[in-house]
Amino acid sequence: MEYFIQQLINGISVGSIYALIALGYTMVYGIIKLINFAHGDVFMVGSFIGLYSAKYLANAGMPPIVVLLLSLIISMTISALLGITIERLAYKPLRKSTRIAALITAIGVSFLLEYTGVLILGPQAKGFPDIMDKKQYHLFGSSIQVESNQIMILLTTIILMLVLQYIVRYTKTGKAMRAVSFDVEAARLMGINVDRTISATFAIGSALAAAAGVIFGMTYNSVDPLMGVMPGLKAFVAAVLGGIGSIPGALVGGLLLGTVETEISSLGFSSWRDGVAFAVLILILIFKPSGLFGKNVREKV
Amino acid sequence: MKKINKKFWLGILIALAFYGIVKVLLTTGVLSDVNQSMLLLIGVNIMLAVSLNLITGITGQFSIGHAGFMSVGAYTSAILTLDYNVPFIPAILAGGLLAAVFGVLIGMPTLRLNGDYLAIATLGFGEIIRIIMLNTEFVGGASGLSGIPAKTTWTMLFFFTLISVVLINNFIRSTHGRACIAIRENEIAAEAMGINTTRYKIIAFTIGALFAGMAGGLSAHTFYVITPGSFNFLKSFEIIVMVVLGGLGSTAGSIVGAVFVTLLYTYLREFPEWRMIIYSIVLILMMIFRPSGLLGVSKFSFGKFGKKEAKANDTIESSGTP
Repeated sequence: MEYFIQQLINGISVGSIYALIALGYTMVYGIIKLINFAHGDVFMVGSFIGLYSAKYLANAGMPPIVVLLLSLIISMTISALLGITIERLAYKPLRKSTRIAALITAIGVSFLLEYTGVLILGPQAKGFPDIMDKKQYHLFGSSIQVESNQIMILLTTIILMLVLQYIVRYTKTGKAMRAVSFDVEAARLMGINVDRTISATFAIGSALAAAAGVIFGMTYNSVDPLMGVMPGLKAFVAAVLGGIGSIPGALVGGLLLGTVETEISSLGFSSWRDGVAFAVLILILIFKPSGLFGKNVREKV
Repeated sequence: MKKINKKFWLGILIALAFYGIVKVLLTTGVLSDVNQSMLLLIGVNIMLAVSLNLITGITGQFSIGHAGFMSVGAYTSAILTLDYNVPFIPAILAGGLLAAVFGVLIGMPTLRLNGDYLAIATLGFGEIIRIIMLNTEFVGGASGLSGIPAKTTWTMLFFFTLISVVLINNFIRSTHGRACIAIRENEIAAEAMGINTTRYKIIAFTIGALFAGMAGGLSAHTFYVITPGSFNFLKSFEIIVMVVLGGLGSTAGSIVGAVFVTLLYTYLREFPEWRMIIYSIVLILMMIFRPSGLLGVSKFSFGKFGKKEAKANDTIESSGTP
């Protein structure tokens, strides 16, 4: 039982990384119905920016907590700009064209980011500096361990989710985003600047992916230019699992996927992990075709 | 009708002439080994692209799991020739048939899904097949199978490719093919017109899988080695890219796309650091400036149809994509 709970805790910390990336997928998909395959690579870029800024700041002799916060902020800001740039250059010209064309472009952007990364940074994995000392706590005096890293991950995820909820619910941009995702044409008629709203969506999504990238680097201590492929795919699965377009769905999907994966690995089937993740996805889609939290939209004739 | 038949046979004749020329070049040794393996690769890719075009371009079912079908065919035929000494042609056909069975299996449960949900489910199925291969010792696990006899010759490949292109293209032009196009254009309307959409979607998936499986078998017998890693979702993407670059819904386009992508891949091999970067930039620019693909919606008919029909097709196909 204790072992199970231990794995649950580990699963939640993996799951929150998936959830943070999944939010970007879900928001972009909710607004322009595009599977943004480049999103996993924005996560990678975010991780590398985090790595270099953390190294620089640590060398400058800043205290760990400041290093963490500053590198998070720097990484999120630059990645947000990257997200906007990608949207403007690659996706905006295709807004009127078919969805498969947009999808191929997204795949192209994904390759471009990955292999530019390989060209500039080299294909080898790089070590991520230890920003904070890793401490271990025992839960209620039992043998269940919680690492300080895991607490930090969960805290970051919760704070970012709350900020996101606030932005989407109460700010003008958030209201515009919801309006655009509901009906682009109607939103435009009501005077909403659709282009700016889409840019904002990309910015927020990319910033969250960058935060996930920094957290990922801190957890696994190793980053490389192709590292975004699998987490990106998994996060997309998580988004679909929860019902793409739904923010709570992305959170639940990410946590669910992370937990299932960790439990499978802990049972000794780690090489089946990815397979099980996709099997769960297919099962849920077959019984609930629009995901756990998705609205079942009936097509009108 | 007579006119179309004439054009059809003319096309076959041109293809056979091409076969003859290449055969002469190969026997006289004008074409190097590199060029020969590129030719074989082009043939395999044409089969893959044309069969995916039936699923995605014609029936409008977005599938990112084509490499999965390919791997089923590749592994089946390789095991048959390696371990059971089955002759080449039956082994390839068996690979195709087993892939077709998988096509039915995947088609049935996922038919409730559409659009992007279907895409992600097929991607999942492709990955599950890969992971099963990866964890099965019987098929070599992560290191895959090696020492597969290189039995795919130019003659074999040419006739397999020609037959699959002709069969798929005839299917597209038949009543059943029209039904598939109707599903792509508007599923609800097609259903209302009495088309059994479920049946046609399964048919499309099955035929597509059949030929993808055969292509997999042919490629396994060209390159000696198959590993689970060579059939991952990036391979599926590559096939989609061929279909879309050539022109979604056009058989000729798929052929052109397959040739174009294979040549691009092969010649960029000289610049390994820049290869994928150039490839991705070509991809993005193509989609921005010519999203309908190299050939757009032109039909594969070895010539033009009657003017009236061509016009009607244009209006339909310009709007239709998943």
